[in-house]
Amino acid sequence: MSTEKEKIQAELDQYNVNVEKAIGRFPERKNLPEQRLYTPLDIKDTDYADEIGFPGVYPYTRGVQPTMYRGRFWTMRMYAGFSTAEESNKRYRYLIESGASGLSCAFDLPTQIGYDSDDPISEGEVGKVGVAIDSLADMEVLFDKIDLGKVSTSMTINAPASVLLAMYIAVAEKRGATPDQLKGTIQNDILKEYSARGTYIFPPRPSMRLITNIFEYCSKNVPKWNTISISGYHIREAGSTAAQEIAFTISDGIAYVEAAIKAGLDVDAFAGRLSFFWNAHNNLLEEVAKFRASRRIWAKIMKERFHAKNPKSMKLRFHTQTAGSMLTAQQPNNNIVRVALQTAAAVMGGTQSLHTNSRDEALALPTEESVMVALRTQQIVAYESGLADVIDPLAGSYYVEAMTNKIEAEVWDYIKKIDEIGGAVAAIEKGYIQKEIQDSAYKWQMDVESGAKTIVGVNKFQIKEEPVKGLLRVDASVGERQKRKLAEMKAKRDNDAVKKTLADLETACKDANENLMPHILNAVRTYATLGEICGVMRKVFGEYEAHTNL
Amino acid sequence: MDIVKELLGGSRLALSRTITAIENEHENASSIMRELYHHTGHAFVLGITGPPGAGKSTMTDKLARAYRNMGKTVGIIAVDPTSPFSGGAILGDRIRMNGLTLDEGVFIRSMGTRGSLGGLSHKTADAVKALDAFGKDIIFVETVGVGQSEVDIVKAADTTIVVLIPGMGDDIQAIKAGILEIGDVFAINKADHDGADKLQAELNMMLDLDGLKFDWRPPIQKVVANQGEGIDDLVKLIEKHYAYISKTGKLAQRRHDRTKTELLELLNSSIGTYVTKHIVDTGRINKCLQDIEAHRNDPYTIVHQLMDELLK
Amino acid sequence: MMEKRIRVLVAKPGLDGHDRGAKVVARALRDAGFEVIYTGLRQTPEQIAEAALQEDVNVIAMSILSGAHMHLFPRVVELVREKGMKDVLVVGGGVIPESDIPALKKAGIAEVFTPGTKTSDIVEFIKAHVK
Repeated sequence: MSTEKEKIQAELDQYNVNVEKAIGRFPERKNLPEQRLYTPLDIKDTDYADEIGFPGVYPYTRGVQPTMYRGRFWTMRMYAGFSTAEESNKRYRYLIESGASGLSCAFDLPTQIGYDSDDPISEGEVGKVGVAIDSLADMEVLFDKIDLGKVSTSMTINAPASVLLAMYIAVAEKRGATPDQLKGTIQNDILKEYSARGTYIFPPRPSMRLITNIFEYCSKNVPKWNTISISGYHIREAGSTAAQEIAFTISDGIAYVEAAIKAGLDVDAFAGRLSFFWNAHNNLLEEVAKFRASRRIWAKIMKERFHAKNPKSMKLRFHTQTAGSMLTAQQPNNNIVRVALQTAAAVMGGTQSLHTNSRDEALALPTEESVMVALRTQQIVAYESGLADVIDPLAGSYYVEAMTNKIEAEVWDYIKKIDEIGGAVAAIEKGYIQKEIQDSAYKWQMDVESGAKTIVGVNKFQIKEEPVKGLLRVDASVGERQKRKLAEMKAKRDNDAVKKTLADLETACKDANENLMPHILNAVRTYATLGEICGVMRKVFGEYEAHTNL
Repeated sequence: MDIVKELLGGSRLALSRTITAIENEHENASSIMRELYHHTGHAFVLGITGPPGAGKSTMTDKLARAYRNMGKTVGIIAVDPTSPFSGGAILGDRIRMNGLTLDEGVFIRSMGTRGSLGGLSHKTADAVKALDAFGKDIIFVETVGVGQSEVDIVKAADTTIVVLIPGMGDDIQAIKAGILEIGDVFAINKADHDGADKLQAELNMMLDLDGLKFDWRPPIQKVVANQGEGIDDLVKLIEKHYAYISKTGKLAQRRHDRTKTELLELLNSSIGTYVTKHIVDTGRINKCLQDIEAHRNDPYTIVHQLMDELLK
Repeated sequence: MMEKRIRVLVAKPGLDGHDRGAKVVARALRDAGFEVIYTGLRQTPEQIAEAALQEDVNVIAMSILSGAHMHLFPRVVELVREKGMKDVLVVGGGVIPESDIPALKKAGIAEVFTPGTKTSDIVEFIKAHVK
């Protein structure tokens, strides 16, 4: 064995001598990674059984299921939602008819921050980046003629996740579906809101309580629901590196697990419903390595740090979205190619579900036509490329395995550092994580501006372009329409019942031992609005004030 | 001057433009100040200083709210360091006071140190005067307490609060040398973090050793500024200190000393300006240098001659 | 003796939390020698205009990615003009369709910087247009 390695080493040395000579005549391009070639020597210390292993087997480097896409493809889940519930419902039904296998709801900013459409602060924002939901009435329209017992629904909602989940349960009940049939995910990841995405409401402590309340409630009542999607996506979008994306997200994950355990939950009672959300960026092989490393790290943490016993608790299942920040406004059709490569990375990295961005999203919300191309991209990769036919096809690549190890090591370093600061919450409060992300974002921008990084169509191969026509425009009257609907609904509902459930919720908020979910569900059923419910919680919990250090 | 009249008439834009003139050392600045000076002397000036990351801005925000609740109007000067490399600065204190922006009884102004370290204390002092003339009851001057120049800025205050946080390790020794002596009231912020008690004990020990302050032993208040805990008690201590310096004549003494310092600084800076204008800018200095280098003359004689000329 | 600096207020109006661009621009402006007052997320047009007045800035730079620019940008211009700040340069950036730009310029936005803009172009624009 060692003679084999010595032989490789000798040949490598010879190769390096040759390369030096060759470079004299043909210089290499600038700004490349230092190491140009990977050999068995780069992974000589990697124990196959312990570190790589088999799909469906700890540490899950090669995937969480034994058959992966040979059984069925990943869930092709297209994030959508805009304007009113009626408009979004139409888009959802269009997507289901086009072969999308799951729904993914985008909410507008007032909804994400717990304000009703008639709040002065919502002016200009209603229905813009997602659908406006003020009460159960809107939710009923949003899922009209969609079988909630069958479809799996992902909701990108965080600070008011408990309220939207309660609305979903309430709609299902009215349609005769029971909570234990419901399948889906709420994002519910508040920590990355503080560090990267910005749609927080309450301070960390009550926010963590809401999250553990949901864990507990769902483990008993909505067992198939993924109670959190711990998200690196937005951390990456905010400018982090691949390793930082994993490191900061897994640190958030550790904080959630610790909070739940502290609240008295058994790790195996909730950990199996935790899921993750990664970004698929442009550097295909680095991304594949990143996905693989993330699984291995989480498995080790759950087993060794939290002593989980159920294998389900150790499996890092993840949704992926292609990188929005890598879409260019210039020559938008080029984005189709970028998204195809990012899709390949996500698939070779073993994602459980995928959203592909549309070519025109650096300019506006996507049109139906561009959404179709984005969905077709997934279908082409699934059915035509062959990438989904064998499991973890890049395993054993010297480069990919070495890169997987490298990312893992970098992530452990960060986790150690964050542990020393006192965990993810403390690191966010100190601004440490935000600062690390901002430094990376600034470096990226400077590299693009200096030409050290090339973005086709942006800093190289530019052409003169006509403005893109036919972009989606959200009807400016949405705000007014939504306000009118809200006023009509309020006139019809039983306002005494609303008052009573809200008062009851307020009392419950003040008792730290009370699970808030049943109280929120009661309020939702009386058509109390999102703004009213969050208003009660704002009153008791206060609001988070961001302290950005630049 | 119109701008002075407008400022005294309550125009926030005129106030803002006046502070800009002061900051930029605009040629009008001294004539504006000449007129404004007679309208100053009413405000109570509070200095807030401490190491980076101690939560000074959050503390200022909460104190300002407390004074607003007491019906007082508030002015805030928040100083942040200018980058020595680019000359630019991120003035980041205001973000912690966003909630005060729309309160008409509050005026917040961020200032960069702009490398003119000597002149900074004089600029902030003038900005304080502009806010004073505008009619603000309480004026906060917030600055990082890391260097002598920042300490000088805070010296212009009637009462100075030094903000510290637990977990600074050995830094406390450094702080002891620098800003311990200027604190009239100490606030231990983030007092819900580990180490707050230890910091308090250390601080108590140092303050007890400091015999110079026998008649006012600076009190220490624990605060969790971002949750508003301890702020009311801190206000009480500030008021107590104010009562103490008023009663003992120390306030009058401080202001007297401050006027003296300002007068001297103004004088020095005028002489400096004169020297630049008549000796440096005219190129006369080169002739002097040549004489010195050729040993035709020496620096001491030259300065003597120039001073005679200047004082004539 | 003049010690003038270009002062810029960098703000995120509305509810949109995507501040990567705003922060990168803030740092680039700092590195170009400007004084940058960063007011962070969720600022109303009223807050932005008042902060601009108190800080006597030469430039207000805003970023919106949520699509609310047609409502929020012109409102800020309106408010700063009402406050008597005639010279302040108001610029915007973010996910803004080309077709919205003429109307924004008509409303007093001096320039709109869309995705892919170099920060150095923003710096140059400000230097050339600040009064």
